[in-house]
Amino acid sequence: MDMTALLLSRIQFAFTITFHIIFPSFTIGLAAWLTVLEALSFATGRPVYRVIFEFWLKIFGVAFGMGVVSGIVMAFQFGTNWSVLSKMTGPIQGPLLMYETFWAFMLEASFFGVLIFGRSRVPPWFYLFSTTMVALGTTFSAFFIMVNNSWMQVPTGYVLENGVFAPDDWTRILFNSVVWSRFPHMLLASYLTGAFCVAATGAWYILRKAYHAESRIMLRMGLGLAAVLMPIQLFYGHLNGIYVNTYQPSKMAAIEGRWNDEKPGSEVLLAWPDVEHRRNLFAITLPPPFGSLIDSDSLTAAETGLNSIPPQNWPPVVIPFFAFRIMVGCGLLMLGLAWLGSYLSYKHRLAYNRPLLWLTFFSFPLPFIAIITGWFTAEVGRQPWVVFGVLRTADAMTPFLTTSQAMISLAIFCSVYAFIFLFGTYYIYRLIRTGPARKPFEIPHLVVPNRPMSLADELIEEPSHAGAGE
Amino acid sequence: MVMFWVTLLAISILLYVLLDGVDLGVGLLFGLARGETRRSAMLNAVAPIWDGNETWLVVTAVILWGAFPVVYATLLSAFYLPLIIMLMGLILRGVAFEFRYKTQRMRWIWDLSFAGGSLIATFVQGLTVGVLVEGLQVTNGQYSGGAVGWLTPFAVLCGIGLCLGYALLGACWLAKKCEAEVRDVAHRQIPVLALGVLAFLVVVFAYALAENLPILHRWIERPYLFVFPAIGAVAAIVLALSILRHNDHWPFYTVALIFLSAFGTLALSFWPYMIPFVITLDEAAAPQSSLAFMFWGCGLIVFPLMLLYTIISYSVFRGKVRATAGHY
Repeated sequence: MDMTALLLSRIQFAFTITFHIIFPSFTIGLAAWLTVLEALSFATGRPVYRVIFEFWLKIFGVAFGMGVVSGIVMAFQFGTNWSVLSKMTGPIQGPLLMYETFWAFMLEASFFGVLIFGRSRVPPWFYLFSTTMVALGTTFSAFFIMVNNSWMQVPTGYVLENGVFAPDDWTRILFNSVVWSRFPHMLLASYLTGAFCVAATGAWYILRKAYHAESRIMLRMGLGLAAVLMPIQLFYGHLNGIYVNTYQPSKMAAIEGRWNDEKPGSEVLLAWPDVEHRRNLFAITLPPPFGSLIDSDSLTAAETGLNSIPPQNWPPVVIPFFAFRIMVGCGLLMLGLAWLGSYLSYKHRLAYNRPLLWLTFFSFPLPFIAIITGWFTAEVGRQPWVVFGVLRTADAMTPFLTTSQAMISLAIFCSVYAFIFLFGTYYIYRLIRTGPARKPFEIPHLVVPNRPMSLADELIEEPSHAGAGE
Repeated sequence: MVMFWVTLLAISILLYVLLDGVDLGVGLLFGLARGETRRSAMLNAVAPIWDGNETWLVVTAVILWGAFPVVYATLLSAFYLPLIIMLMGLILRGVAFEFRYKTQRMRWIWDLSFAGGSLIATFVQGLTVGVLVEGLQVTNGQYSGGAVGWLTPFAVLCGIGLCLGYALLGACWLAKKCEAEVRDVAHRQIPVLALGVLAFLVVVFAYALAENLPILHRWIERPYLFVFPAIGAVAAIVLALSILRHNDHWPFYTVALIFLSAFGTLALSFWPYMIPFVITLDEAAAPQSSLAFMFWGCGLIVFPLMLLYTIISYSVFRGKVRATAGHY
């Protein structure tokens, strides 16, 4: 076993999946947002909703295309770097990813075609139905991915036969209790991502005094949705904490920076975990029973500390500890912003409050950071296991993978991804800066359902003289 | 149930080779073409279909993982570097389709990544087939060929051969879909490429004889296998006739038939092995509970719907692409 190759493989997986999750979390949220817009347009008949819908449909196309492209790599990476894992868990993970691929293909690809071509060819109710189906398709994708990952967190419904995890109860795998707190958590995170991106775009236009009607609708709806969803998200986050505490005490102890068993537990708010000496430096701590209250909904429950877990089963403590705090911090910032913004919006004062508009504009990275750090908490916290408690990450790697191979592949991934990511992000930025089109929507030439990005085909030649463009 | 998933796997691979072979081939010829009018006409001939074509690669991968996890794990890890390079090639050429129209000044970068990406992806696919035919080195159920065990003269030859084959398929597609100069150029390329493919087949066969490859023995044991090369030979004759008559459509169908016969030949000479002489279908199959779960939720209804969807996309896109059609 080549330990450097193992580390590089883990970095490579983390890099590619982090890159990938940015796009699906955005598109799941946008698909739901498009459905809401289309429903409003259908119900009220106001043209402004149509204009906003068509604007965001273009951005959806680009983000969706980037998600598909970066997702192809994921379908292969289990086999290339983690061949022992894919051989052992293939009978369970393979079918789940097959459901994801097949159902997504069926719903997203076919109904996305209707969204592009169908406006003048299908009745309005069918167009609305198609929008809903695209949103449902992205939701199905998220569901099967969450079922798959939840099985790796809390494996169930299998028997070990000849070194292979053979499924013996699919209902337990699909209706794993953990799925039902994690899937809504991810779904809400995606909706919040959509909401904040929409609100930030609206705030930007107001600051630029552009698109008067559209910008106000985007800002109000984005912040309003976030104001409602954020508390629900915090509740589901809490439910996730309960499952982690029940099934993965090592992850919980790392997240909480808890070294000793406590009954009832205290709660470390901030600290620097000193792993070598098994203590927290500069700790700000709430006294017992706050730890038990937060982790177990109880005033008296005993909480496990890392000292009672063998060190070879510890995750890297520092990463989940801080990733979790960054996630929660982003969540609380979003909650404050959404509530304050919605209150001011209700009082009709938001559009004149430039500091808050600037804050809203700059808030769009928050949901992305929260999602990525949330996944870091879940995945790094699961270590040293790839299938919790049953299969170690170190035993799951392709045994003959060498450091030089892993180094080359990681370098290739980083450079190619950086290249296309920069261009894709720049392109989305140009689309958003240009803003919604007031003229009637024309289907660009040669647009087809299989090419989501083609919806936004137009030359975005960089301005040839500095200063041009606004 | 195993047979059901083998069938679906075979259909997916065949569809991938035939469909993506077309747009990869056009990518290869794109590198040779000069002038924006020609390039843009070539792209328009595949732009609406390439993304759907590549979906079949992902479908192949998930069927392999879900239904034959051992093969998925063994093959993907054995072909570590070539596979990752192939994926990057596919990604680069994919985004090139979209991004080249966003810019004038940097268009050459995307044109380069389109042609280069197509070349890399095609070459790696041919290389993989070559290694499988030659026999993957496996000890105790684990690949033991080393980091560059796939780099053999025979495999490189197969890589070049597939480049010729896809280019031929691409040229036939251009003759079928395009007009004016692009079509005329394609008509000139088809006989050259067809002769190239023929020469490649002769060399491969001679090499296999000289090296006494184990796969050759299967042919002596199973004379009925010659049905497929016979179909291929008939198709080749029809191809020659259609070239002489400058027909726009027949070359494509006959070349597709040649690919089909080559695929059938390979598949049946591997049978019942999935990785020749290492892992059989039955050894590789996932447990019954996995196969059944996929059958009810994916294979039975969704897969046929995906086929139907592919057919509809192609029929919407039938006919000649206007030479004057710009992309914007």
